[in-house]
Amino acid sequence: MRFLLPLGLFTVIVGFLWVGLSLNPSEVPSPFIGKPAPDFTLQQLHDPQKTFSNKDMLGKVWMFNVWASWCVACRQEHPLLVQLSRAQLFPVVGLNYKDERENALHWLREDGDPYVLSVVDKKGNIGIDYGVYGVPESFVIDKLGVIRHKVIGPLGPAELQDCVIPLVRELEKATAESPISDEVKKACA
Amino acid sequence: MRLMSSLSAVFAAVLLLQVPLLAAKEAVPMAKDPVLEKIVNEIADELRCLVCQNQTIADSDADLAVDLKSQVRDMVREGKTQDEIIDYMVQRYGDFIRYRPPMKASTYLLWVGPFLLLFVGLTVLILNLRKRRLLTGEQDAALSPEESDRLTQLLKTEKEKNKS
Repeated sequence: MRFLLPLGLFTVIVGFLWVGLSLNPSEVPSPFIGKPAPDFTLQQLHDPQKTFSNKDMLGKVWMFNVWASWCVACRQEHPLLVQLSRAQLFPVVGLNYKDERENALHWLREDGDPYVLSVVDKKGNIGIDYGVYGVPESFVIDKLGVIRHKVIGPLGPAELQDCVIPLVRELEKATAESPISDEVKKACA
Repeated sequence: MRLMSSLSAVFAAVLLLQVPLLAAKEAVPMAKDPVLEKIVNEIADELRCLVCQNQTIADSDADLAVDLKSQVRDMVREGKTQDEIIDYMVQRYGDFIRYRPPMKASTYLLWVGPFLLLFVGLTVLILNLRKRRLLTGEQDAALSPEESDRLTQLLKTEKEKNKS
């Protein structure tokens, strides 16, 4: 009986610590999921004469990937993006974030260009609009221009296989803003 | 009494911990317009830096914090109010960007928790003190007639021993 109280307290503390350790404090839940992607019209990286707007992608399911040549974690995910673009599952548009044009173009020449096109966000204003706080970040945007998923940090093969690709498949089939199946939701959680 | 002094030691330690936070605010670079910069810093003090999460963007020199600060500066120049600017940031980064979390169902425990712990602690303290008083009270109780008789007798024999 004397040990019951300390033991109970101990169990509660262990419980809290257990849950606490499994959380990732640097992951900030995005308030954008289920909301329309913020509008932008930006210069294209390869051809500064041309512009691109997120509205140009209405009717398609696509991924918006924030990257920069100075970003180390971007190098980590880059080969996977190149593979993905070869498979041509869905278009990936790049947002070249606070980068030098020369460096950005050099990197794409050297390591491959997985993007249908990249747009230039020299000052990071569009980054702020999209709530970007760590590069790379990727947004899955549906046919209506609504953000359905956000990947913070480098996209890994597991997350791509289990979450992003099935999610895009479902969104492509969907006619209206239909709910995502529980399976995909679970994989993306 | 010993408990009270250790409690005040804890409070003192907590107060000491606050000092570096207050001192850190001075490291903010001032721009040309001190009035504008004061307003900007007041707002920046309410916003959390998302890269270095235990700092406000007023304290932080991270790239993103500098960008967000200049965004705040632009918005203040445009005549936006503090609430409007904080709303703008919350829309983009979520409640997480607020250095003082809002009162919501999910944050009640956060706000009330410390007071709850204080209450529990005080209750335990009071209960313990009361128990102790009861225990010592029993020991201090007046001697029974037999006991005082025995006491005088013992003292007497002691005195006689000393004399001899």
